[in-house]
Amino acid sequence: MTAAVEFKDVTRHYGKVRAVDGVSIAIRDGEFFSMLGPSGSGKTTCLRLIAGFEQPTSGSIRIHGVEAAGVPPFERDVNTVFQDYALFPHMNVRDNVAYGLMVKGVDKAERYARSADALAMVALDSYGERKPSQLSGGQRQRVALARALVNRPRVLLLDEPLGALDLKLREQMQGELKSLQRKLGITFVYVTHDQSEALSMSDRVAVFNNGRIEQVDTPRNLYMRPTTVFVARFVGTSNVLSGDQAQKLAGSSQPFSLRPEHIRLAGEAMIDADSVCVGGRIEDIQYHGASSRIEVELDDGLRLVVSINNDEGEDARPPAIGEAVFAHWSREAMVPLRGQDA
Amino acid sequence: MNANAAYLRTPLHRLAGLLHRRGGLLLAILLGPPMIWMCVIYLGSLLALLWQGFYSFDDYSMSVLPQLTLKNYALIFAKGNFDIVLRTLAMAVSVTIGAAAIAFPIAYYMSRYATPAVKAFFYIGVMLPMWASYIVKAYSWSVILAKGGILFWVVTKLHLLWFMDWILQVPYVGGATLSTSHLGRFLVFTYIWLPFMVLPIQAALERVPPNLVQASMDLGARSGQTFRHVIWPLAFPGVVAGSIFTFSLTLGDFIIPTLIGPSGLFIGTFVYVQQGAVGNIPMAAAFTVVPIVLIALYLALAKRLGAFDAL
Repeated sequence: MTAAVEFKDVTRHYGKVRAVDGVSIAIRDGEFFSMLGPSGSGKTTCLRLIAGFEQPTSGSIRIHGVEAAGVPPFERDVNTVFQDYALFPHMNVRDNVAYGLMVKGVDKAERYARSADALAMVALDSYGERKPSQLSGGQRQRVALARALVNRPRVLLLDEPLGALDLKLREQMQGELKSLQRKLGITFVYVTHDQSEALSMSDRVAVFNNGRIEQVDTPRNLYMRPTTVFVARFVGTSNVLSGDQAQKLAGSSQPFSLRPEHIRLAGEAMIDADSVCVGGRIEDIQYHGASSRIEVELDDGLRLVVSINNDEGEDARPPAIGEAVFAHWSREAMVPLRGQDA
Repeated sequence: MNANAAYLRTPLHRLAGLLHRRGGLLLAILLGPPMIWMCVIYLGSLLALLWQGFYSFDDYSMSVLPQLTLKNYALIFAKGNFDIVLRTLAMAVSVTIGAAAIAFPIAYYMSRYATPAVKAFFYIGVMLPMWASYIVKAYSWSVILAKGGILFWVVTKLHLLWFMDWILQVPYVGGATLSTSHLGRFLVFTYIWLPFMVLPIQAALERVPPNLVQASMDLGARSGQTFRHVIWPLAFPGVVAGSIFTFSLTLGDFIIPTLIGPSGLFIGTFVYVQQGAVGNIPMAAAFTVVPIVLIALYLALAKRLGAFDAL
């Protein structure tokens, strides 16, 4: 099956800056694909390359098997939901949504019917006559979504669409976006710097760093089996150990990742062939409700972050700062990483 | 309490405290003088002038009599006088269209393509003529356009004299020479008012967010469609703002019609003659109302066309 979007060794330079540096990915048809990375990592440039606002310096981009180089944005069967929505301020909501159909010459009755359907899909049926300035941020976001989807694109590009919304609304929209994608079966390419957003919505995630892709994988694998130091640090919280420390704990100087929730704390040493056990002292405790985040300083000065569940019941004795403890974890929890520890 | 007492120890401190407590008082002090200027000197004098339009003028004694009459306003519609209005209006409309046609591409380039350095160069290029004396520029143009002038010389060298002669024979446009033709007058008006058209359009285009253009392309609009449906509607208020300048400046000007173009009065020259040579201030005042009414009609039309919807 042809990929919905395929990058082959794509590079985009701005003068000397390599915004995108040798990226190859294949986004499958109908999947929810996220591009995750810090700002300036090249994820948005990749999205703009798919939309056609940028042209690659080298490499090839294929959209549903068709070479995209030189094809202007208005000839591409993709639509974009912009970060700041980019609604036309001089048109009402209905005309905004109908815009794509209007410029393609769809007659008025049909385009208004279809834009009414699209607005119903995002639960804004009765807002057609309003101007974008009369809507809240969340409503504008929905209009932008409807305006893109009314064209029935095969690929929908979303550029940090929830970035400007407050937390509650963002979580609600995450759920709605995911169910919409499942219902329509359209390929979603979703750019975000929010790792929890990427993990919770995506079928697969590409992690970007410095214009390159660090890892493309399912959210679960990304979290459980990060392959590079950057991914281990960027996705979730992790203890990344390297060099002498890695040598001592894992028997190899190759860096490894150890998730805080995979470490257990105990009052006594647990000697076991399949696990590692080291002594230390509790330095700091942060209470997060369901869990607590505990910093443990090991005897050799190394600090580990440990996450424990607070589900032991009322009478369980909570850990205290200064207490001597033993940290132990399964050898399997140590995931070897490529790349240097920064 | 003690801290308060210490703070309010001098009259100046007490005044500062008073102004801080009563924001309206501060606003009144700040806005008072300009509002008095605006109402008394700015609008008041204009209303006084317009009021004079209702006074009578005695043709025999050549003096103004404070007897109220509508005769001056009625005279605007007399055959010869109304021709002046139509002649001026036609020129104002032509100049506005001409200036907009030239200014829009310049403004478009400035706001969407020019680098900061090029943009600064354009700003200076557009405004430089405004820094030179208006009268000198108008006189220079009469030399440029005169028979045997620079333009005449260039056209002769290019062997295009036949073309110029042909244009000068077109009714309503031509004349004996370029400098005595409506075309020449149009050229000079367009030249002089161009900056007033470029700058508002440029400011309006500058405010069109680039991502709206991208959104339009993304939704399938070709360049022409994007221009028609997104860029033009959003820049239109700027065009209207610029055209208010070119329109009203042309309606009121009396120097260019005096120096360049065929005989036949403009509103500006008519007012000048009435109040200067004749001393008929009431007639001049009545004629001053004409541009005001025309601009008001023009704004009403622009509003109906949706010029201010995007504001």
